[in-house]
Amino acid sequence: MAQLEQAQAAVDPTFHLVEADDHDHETGGATLLGFWIYLMSDALIFAALFATFGVLSTSYAGGPSPREIFELPLVALNTAILLVSSITYGFAMLAMERGAVRTTQAWLAVTGLLGASFVGIELFEFGALIAEGATPQRSGFLSGFFTLVGTHGLHVTVGIIWIVVMLVQIGQRGLIPANKRRLLCLSMFWHFLDVVWIGVFSFVYLLGMLR
Amino acid sequence: MPESSIFKTIFGRLTWESFPVHEPILLVTFLVVALLGIGIVAAVTKYRLWGWLWREWFTTVDHKKIGIMYIILGIIMLLRGFADALMMRAQQAVAFGASEGYLPPHHFDQVFTAHGTIMIFFVAIPLVSGIINFVMPLQIGARDVAFPFLNSLSLWLTVAGALLVMVSLFVGEFSTAGWLNYVPVANLQNSPGTGPDYYLWALQIAGLGTTLSAINMVTTIIKMRAPGMTMMKMPVFTWTALCSQVLAVAIFPALTGAFALLMLDRYIGTNFFTNDLGGNPMMYWNLVWIWGHPEVYVLVLPVFGIYSEITSTFTGKRLFGYSSMVYATVVITILSYLVWLHHFFTMGSGASVNSFFGIATMVISIPTGAKIFNWLFTMYRGSIRFELPMMWVVAFMLTFVVGGMTGVMLAIPPADFVLHNSLFLVAHFHNVIIGGVVFGLFAGMQYWFPKAFGFRLDDFWGKIAFWGWVIGYWVAWTPIYIVGLMGTTRRVNHFDDPTLQPWFVVAAIGAVIIGIGILGFVMQIAVSIKNRDKLRDVTGDPWDGRTLEWSTSSPPPAYNFAFTPRVHDLDAWYDMKQRGYRRPQGGYRPIHMPRNTGTGVILSGLALVLGFAMVWYIWWLAALAFVALIATAIGHTFNYNRDYFIPAGDVERQEGERDRLLPAEA
Repeated sequence: MAQLEQAQAAVDPTFHLVEADDHDHETGGATLLGFWIYLMSDALIFAALFATFGVLSTSYAGGPSPREIFELPLVALNTAILLVSSITYGFAMLAMERGAVRTTQAWLAVTGLLGASFVGIELFEFGALIAEGATPQRSGFLSGFFTLVGTHGLHVTVGIIWIVVMLVQIGQRGLIPANKRRLLCLSMFWHFLDVVWIGVFSFVYLLGMLR
Repeated sequence: MPESSIFKTIFGRLTWESFPVHEPILLVTFLVVALLGIGIVAAVTKYRLWGWLWREWFTTVDHKKIGIMYIILGIIMLLRGFADALMMRAQQAVAFGASEGYLPPHHFDQVFTAHGTIMIFFVAIPLVSGIINFVMPLQIGARDVAFPFLNSLSLWLTVAGALLVMVSLFVGEFSTAGWLNYVPVANLQNSPGTGPDYYLWALQIAGLGTTLSAINMVTTIIKMRAPGMTMMKMPVFTWTALCSQVLAVAIFPALTGAFALLMLDRYIGTNFFTNDLGGNPMMYWNLVWIWGHPEVYVLVLPVFGIYSEITSTFTGKRLFGYSSMVYATVVITILSYLVWLHHFFTMGSGASVNSFFGIATMVISIPTGAKIFNWLFTMYRGSIRFELPMMWVVAFMLTFVVGGMTGVMLAIPPADFVLHNSLFLVAHFHNVIIGGVVFGLFAGMQYWFPKAFGFRLDDFWGKIAFWGWVIGYWVAWTPIYIVGLMGTTRRVNHFDDPTLQPWFVVAAIGAVIIGIGILGFVMQIAVSIKNRDKLRDVTGDPWDGRTLEWSTSSPPPAYNFAFTPRVHDLDAWYDMKQRGYRRPQGGYRPIHMPRNTGTGVILSGLALVLGFAMVWYIWWLAALAFVALIATAIGHTFNYNRDYFIPAGDVERQEGERDRLLPAEA
């Protein structure tokens, strides 16, 4: 009798699941959520940097003001490049959905090149500023400027390295679920950097020119 | 002098003078630590345990083992932090009038900085992380956390940070700028030495670990709960862990940002927190306290959860006001983000700003008070068992409410102008952190120890630990409250007024009594390990528990649950027991688990090298460590083979083992 009850308990799923043999953890959703939470914490680092820049944005300490040093056309070009790179990343994701490995790689490469030109132009801008004597050490304003814009540039650089790694990994293994999951995370990262840049462009450059 | 420049290239600013061989206190400490270290290494080598340690512990991704290692780290660092406390109490008890005491100001400053830094970052945080890591996945019926590798990395990054702080004891010096490394003291021109750099690198490395761990825990709670466990059926401890870790994700970036800016100031000469060229030191205070105040709740919320679990278990009743407990936790989480400015009312932000932050601070006492009443009402008419965990709960309630009330006093801006930077404040936060967080951590360790190791902790030594801590706390901190109210300021290594001395002597005696409590705890663990066969618990449920972690064996198998539990009610295990649950006797399936990896240890080791090299300006080593760090991290992503299956036969064998041990009537 007791035996029967025990056998009953083994199949009676009131208090537990009876899992299938091929039961696999579907961690894709968890990864995307976790990555999203990471992005939010990254956004808060940017928030701290924006706030810092806000406090220091008029602390020129006798040094140059934004209007004297910013090259708005160049920054506008850079903004356009980054925005276009978001679109090309979108195309890469559409190709991924279709399972087109080559096309995905091609669009990723285009995105990476656009990102590289963005970083290149930013470095050119920084170089010109430093040559003029507008160094990060010159004033609180310039410290805040270089750190906020530079942190964003550093993120884009990390994004480019990540794109290169993904190009290799897709080449090796194709669009397996693990790689698709990684591309989705990278996609969030890349668009996130775009959103942050819109904040930088309006808050640092446009507002700076109005001062 | 080409020779010295070569030396500089290789060793940066590290010279023979960096080793404090002329300081007898440090030398003795170093010898003791070195002997202990050599002894441990020799013992591990003699018993050939290195392979076992590496395979079973260092490379593990099992949340239970990671939790246990967090707790071991916390306990070891507690001994270090407490040694600092004893040194301060001894100095302040004797340094009156003509006597200068034995600690010169520069050394005293390092001691109080190290004490605060270690106690918060390397004792409280690891202990809280450890308990969350161990308990939470069991409570939600999961087999591991969402990102097992990340969990291992978080632990080892925290260990690397702790090691860097310990290295500063013997190579160079630690910061003198207080536990949050305040500017302008920590600015390069005021502290050109290695102290603030040690602080910054240690905390950036450990802080990264804490942030990653928080992201991991939040994701785990949201995504991996057992079927049927809706949000409002989650155990209270899991709820408080969720709120605490959400808060950690929200605040650690501010700290990382503030520290990064101070690093830039110190390494490349930017002007964020300097006094000239447009810098603003108060900005640092704002940024670190946006982290700092909520951090108190990151620590205390999970501990409130521990108290809730214990109260309900040891009164044999469902927790009174479960949903009000949840809402109170959420409200505290939100409010804690809106009060940071009360740490510097004297900044001069004006009456309206100070009023806002004062009122917001006082409002927090309402949900906290609600919690206290919930615990009291749970106990009311319950059949209370005064086992050790419950004793800690009662001591907490009596101690913590005093700290809460002095907190409300300090929240009144005009009163704060008088009490700011006084020992009254120091007594207040020790009251809430010892009486709230530390008591709760001890309660939690007593409560869940049998789950982790399969045997109970010794009662006698546990009571020594308990009474040592509780009596010691009151003897040590009541006099500090009193002298603080009379106007004595903090962080002082010598006093002119001899009438204060008796208070400080009493406080020093209190610290010694706490020392007895700590020794009692260490003894308790040692004695319990020795008598483990007598203290053995085979049921897995020694306290008649109510939540899912008590439904599995003690210690739980690697896979936690042979079958994923299905939840129907809050207090799921109690519900199962009430409804005559029987363990399944067969039909086991292979279980999918994450594979161990040593990458977390390697990455953290490289981070430690990077930090050390940066502190000492050894640029080539820093560059090398950094490149290796990136390469290892990228290399790890090429490993796709991260999981395996525990064969059904293994599960059957382990479960069968347990069936044999269980009492016949089950």
